Amino acid sequence: MSYVLLILALPLSVFVVNGLLSGNLPHRLAGWLATGSMGIATVLAWLTAYNYFFQSSSYEKIIPFRITWLRFTETLQIDMGILLDPISVMMLVVITTISLMVFLYSMGYMQGEKGFVRYFSFLSLFSFSMLGLVVATNLFQLYMFWELVGVSSYLLIGYCYDKPEAVAAAKKAFIVTRFADFGFLVGILLLSYYTGTFDFTEITNPENAAVAGMTGISFMGLSVLTWALILIFMGGAGKSAMFPLHIWLPDAMEGPTPVSALIHAATMVVAGVFLVARMFPVFSFHAPEALDAVAFIGAFTLLFAAIIACTQTDIKRILAFSTMSQIGYMMLALGVSGYGSEGLGFTASMFHLFTHAFFKALLFLGAGSIIHALHKNDIREMGNLRKHQPVTHIVFLIACLAIAGIPPFAGFFSKDEILSAAFASNPIYFGVAALAAALTAFYMFRLYFLVFWNNERTYEHTPHESPVIMLIPMIVLAIGSVFAGFIPFGNFVSSDNQPLHTHLNVTIAIISVMVALLGITVAWIFYKKESSLSEQLSNTFGALYHAAVQKFFIDELYLFITKKIIFNLISRPIAWFDKHIIDAFMDFTATVTNWVSKEIKGLQSGQLQHYAYIFLSGVLLIVLVMIFTNT
Amino acid sequence: MMEHVPIAHVLMVTSTMFFIGAYGFLTRRNLVTMLIGVELMLNAVNINFVIFDRYVYPDQIEGHFFALFIIAIAAAEAAVAIAIFINLYRNIRSIDVEEVDKMKY
Repeated sequence: MSYVLLILALPLSVFVVNGLLSGNLPHRLAGWLATGSMGIATVLAWLTAYNYFFQSSSYEKIIPFRITWLRFTETLQIDMGILLDPISVMMLVVITTISLMVFLYSMGYMQGEKGFVRYFSFLSLFSFSMLGLVVATNLFQLYMFWELVGVSSYLLIGYCYDKPEAVAAAKKAFIVTRFADFGFLVGILLLSYYTGTFDFTEITNPENAAVAGMTGISFMGLSVLTWALILIFMGGAGKSAMFPLHIWLPDAMEGPTPVSALIHAATMVVAGVFLVARMFPVFSFHAPEALDAVAFIGAFTLLFAAIIACTQTDIKRILAFSTMSQIGYMMLALGVSGYGSEGLGFTASMFHLFTHAFFKALLFLGAGSIIHALHKNDIREMGNLRKHQPVTHIVFLIACLAIAGIPPFAGFFSKDEILSAAFASNPIYFGVAALAAALTAFYMFRLYFLVFWNNERTYEHTPHESPVIMLIPMIVLAIGSVFAGFIPFGNFVSSDNQPLHTHLNVTIAIISVMVALLGITVAWIFYKKESSLSEQLSNTFGALYHAAVQKFFIDELYLFITKKIIFNLISRPIAWFDKHIIDAFMDFTATVTNWVSKEIKGLQSGQLQHYAYIFLSGVLLIVLVMIFTNT
Repeated sequence: MMEHVPIAHVLMVTSTMFFIGAYGFLTRRNLVTMLIGVELMLNAVNINFVIFDRYVYPDQIEGHFFALFIIAIAAAEAAVAIAIFINLYRNIRSIDVEEVDKMKY
């Protein structure tokens, strides 16, 4: 299966070619080059999946390619390679498919933009890094590609580098995730210090004695292994925009909309979920406390983001908070999951990741289609668009139904599994998840009714339907959003790579459909036509509504902590010390040197004979010393 | 015949020559005269090499070679020095060493 290497090599070479020749390539050629090679990569990824899942009976971990990249000592070496197991093969399919759709869509969306070739080269870099991340054979390779996706995300958010908000958002995204990655790195080092390996196959082996040994060493009430895993999860939480490291994701919407669809909805932000899933046996066997933390953070973010999403007015920000909320579902499902036959949550999480990629990418592409037509983001200035953009309307409705969890759309099946897993674990988590499901349905249909129904607005020019090249990817993703739920996912992806037979839990399915319908109905009453009901409701919840509009003041809290506390209490004293102690010492030596040279520079008179006198006196002095010391 | 002259005599002559040269180098203002002082010093050293070779290591000839090298280098040095003097004279119409004091702080 060495052709798997080609899946990575194609986007990388496109990045190099487009990046180096960015000034000289015609736009169409560069775009088709990127899209074409992504198409080949997609075909190869599907072929890999076919060979992996259907040509062999057991789903073992396969390593078709591996080289030793750095060899420090006999025991410490860092490999680069490709690891195929059910989750990485599933991720390969998701990433290449969504990438291909987004590449195609971008050909239309970005047409005529100034940095078109640069855009495609960065997009290819992202695809390469993300693919490298999911097939990583060891933690260190994963960490490198993890940073690479961070860089490409930074580059793409800051694509419009002459827009100050985009630059600020890019920096914010990079710094916040970098801060989280610091914890990740410490976690990796801690883990590998005790186990002596970076390799996933060894670390995740339940019989690994070194990993089990880490549970015996206790630090501040928790075992070292638990600390290492919590630190690793911190990296995952940063990338996946989990509370309280979520602040970068809403701002990241400054990037072009296809970028948001690919990076900030379907692929990169689920890297944290993937990371936890990759390390799942370690979490599950040795550190249940860390898994509890994952579940708690997931559940909290799930509800928190859903509440904020109900109050936002920027179409892309609503989708961003919705993404956070859905990733919260995935984390929650992982957190409540057991291993082996108890592993419903694991399968549900991966299933939701899979279906979410389709409908969330579709929602973003739909939003992009609307923004492309109107050139504005505020949903209060939109309305009655179903007349102007019929195709976008249909696919957007499909995506909304899918995310709200209405059967038979994809989101229904995965959400049902998550709710079942949560119910089996803890009724509180089930309550949170069900409440968030109602809120999800409400905010998505609030968006839908406000944009596609409601009153006709006055537009600068009549909105038009998007070109075919943008509609095709949306239709393909819509088909995915309808049918992806029928895949018997448990047969392919499970925590112990043995088929897990899942079945629809009818009671929970009825509850989840009921709450979703409730959310949709409320949205329908409030927003189908212009009405004052929503204002009355927001007035009832005055303080809560205001706090949610302001995203619960988390950004302000961060600013307070950094500007007031860290700057004043840590940075300023350090700056004072630097200025008055370290710099002062350097200044002192410079002043002394200056003074001495000023005093003795008269000796350099320019008079040759003065020098000769001094020289001769010196020689005589040496001679005298030699004479008198020898005798 | 040389053997009849004690080495101390010869050394006194060369020391005298050397210090005459040094005195001339340090006190004369005229660069050409200073150059003559340098030549005197060099030649005093030359004689010293030859004498020490002859009296201390009569079976070796390194001292002679040193003397020959110094003569060659002194010739080159004189050529360069005089070239500098000529250029100096062209620039400042003087070869007085005290007027050549551009190279100071």
